[in-house]
Amino acid sequence: MALSPEVLAEMYRRMLRIRLFEESAQALKTEGVIPGSIHLSIGQEAEIVGACMAVERRDYMLGNHRSHGHPIGKGAALAPLMAELLGRRTGVNQGKGGSMHLADFSVGSLGESSIVGSGIPVAAGAALAAQLRGEDRVCLCFFGDGASNEGMFHEGLNLAAIWHLPVIYLCENNGYGATTSAREVVAVTDIADRAAGYGIPGEIVDGQDVVAVHEVVTRAVERARRGEGPTLVEAKTYRYDNHAFGLHIENYRTTEEREQWLRRDPIPLLRDRLVADGVLSDDAAKTVEDEARAEVAAAVDFARTSPFPEPAEAFDHLFTVPLPARTAG
Amino acid sequence: MAKTTYLMAIGEAMREEMERDPSVFILGEDVANNLYGSTSNFVEDFGKERVRNTPISEGAIAGAATGAAMAGMRPIADFNIAPFMYVAMDQIVSMTAKSTYIYGGQTKVPVVMRAVMLYGNGNAAQHSDRPYPTFMTVPGLKIIAPSSAYDVKGMLKSAIRDDDPVLCFEDGNCWFTAEDLPDEEYLVPLGVADVKREGTDVTVVGIAGAVPQALAAAELLAEEGVSVEVVDPRTLAPMDTDTILASVEKTGRLVVADPAHEVCSAASQIAAVVAEHGFWHLQAPIVRVTTPQIHIPFAPPLEAPLFPSSERIAAAVRSVLE
Repeated sequence: MALSPEVLAEMYRRMLRIRLFEESAQALKTEGVIPGSIHLSIGQEAEIVGACMAVERRDYMLGNHRSHGHPIGKGAALAPLMAELLGRRTGVNQGKGGSMHLADFSVGSLGESSIVGSGIPVAAGAALAAQLRGEDRVCLCFFGDGASNEGMFHEGLNLAAIWHLPVIYLCENNGYGATTSAREVVAVTDIADRAAGYGIPGEIVDGQDVVAVHEVVTRAVERARRGEGPTLVEAKTYRYDNHAFGLHIENYRTTEEREQWLRRDPIPLLRDRLVADGVLSDDAAKTVEDEARAEVAAAVDFARTSPFPEPAEAFDHLFTVPLPARTAG
Repeated sequence: MAKTTYLMAIGEAMREEMERDPSVFILGEDVANNLYGSTSNFVEDFGKERVRNTPISEGAIAGAATGAAMAGMRPIADFNIAPFMYVAMDQIVSMTAKSTYIYGGQTKVPVVMRAVMLYGNGNAAQHSDRPYPTFMTVPGLKIIAPSSAYDVKGMLKSAIRDDDPVLCFEDGNCWFTAEDLPDEEYLVPLGVADVKREGTDVTVVGIAGAVPQALAAAELLAEEGVSVEVVDPRTLAPMDTDTILASVEKTGRLVVADPAHEVCSAASQIAAVVAEHGFWHLQAPIVRVTTPQIHIPFAPPLEAPLFPSSERIAAAVRSVLE
């Protein structure tokens, strides 16, 4: 089914938000106002938005260490995300999680975990909750090529398969786990082939083409809602930055390879297509761009002017229901 | 009225909570087949949807239970034998324990993870661990180790209703101890220690299966004219140290009996807390009765002497009275 001009424009808007959010994060990290490491999604916006827009707000989602884009893709407000990157009290996690746990539960997120592959069985559990309650919610679980070598990938996909759980396992194959090429460490060329080991469909999609990703994930979502179980989708994509921002190791990738992927930068790819197809005029595209830029700028202002949490707040949120306070431990 | 064993009490707690709350369900290896006797007729009464056999995938059991809890259910994950939790270590530590915190309270994780500690029965090193101290080093987990049928039923029910992750370490050596339980429903609160026997000369804090051993030691010592107070923390994390400190303030002497390995045991933590906060009440050095820092050997004559017994506890009590 062809997507409406409104949906296509929204895809462009969300992809731009991610790109501009990440560019601001780069600048703020360079400036020194973001503590810790940040792992940027620049280059991966199409697969993120294509997948996120194939599910609904009520559907669950899990991300990983490279997950600034996922909540944005699912429609989260930008300001609390940016404030979290800066460790502020107004951050989505009140300064407890930061870049690697930038999860907004109000848009259905159930977390972003920085232990590779660890969200995979948790996604199965969320889907199980939906199944047990007879809801038609699904769970969209993002992870990378590296996670497909983790034991949790095997345990989680097997569990989801035997119980026909409504999960879309979306492998964002950007070709590298940190600096190690997937070609060196993944025993198959296509991670989607691993689906066969669980008796579930495995689909490969061009991760730079938001419409193609949306189509494939929509099929997987429909399958999940029908009670037919999980699908493994492999989106072939690329991150333009290093594994972590500031980690200046580039000896594992060639300039030619990077340039080849830059020619398929998902943002101009979509813009050109929308303008060529008459979905957006050049002016309308510029308006979307200006609006996204203003939204991100407002998020940065909000983050910068937000207070840090007080040191005593470190003791909040350890438990939902703390036990009586005692003299010691 | 027939007495209820510790093992039966576990089943009663789960049954009552599953009848009360449809969001409670059980998952784990062989749970539908009632491997150890705590889920008799559960499949018949609740169906296989709520009494779910899992693959031998401990990480997935922990992760799926955690995800289901975050999505609004109240899962009881049965890990079978406690050392099997090591397989799920990353999920329990990185996901179960940390999710409420790292997301700034956006989610709760109302999951119960149960496991039995089978030690003293010739199961050798890999099946005989008492791993609660390992998990006590992880913030964000509530950890219970009940020592009686009454406590295990009341505490497990509280654990299932609790909005935080609770690890329940059940002691296989207590499985067949039995007592009369109230006919009416009751709960035992988490985070509250229990004075199992009052005394005036020495405080013995017992952990899990060391509690009945401590009570037996107290009986022996009473014949010698020594009055022993036995305190069971019941919840190991966060622990009710106030009750322990109050007891030490009264008796001035402390022995801690803990079936875990000596290094960084629950006994170590209790000894440290009393040394820091109860030092001026002590009339003798604290003595820990624990399992020496060796693996659990297979042959019964090698294994049997390693754990805290009533004899070892009694000897420790005598030593602090010298």
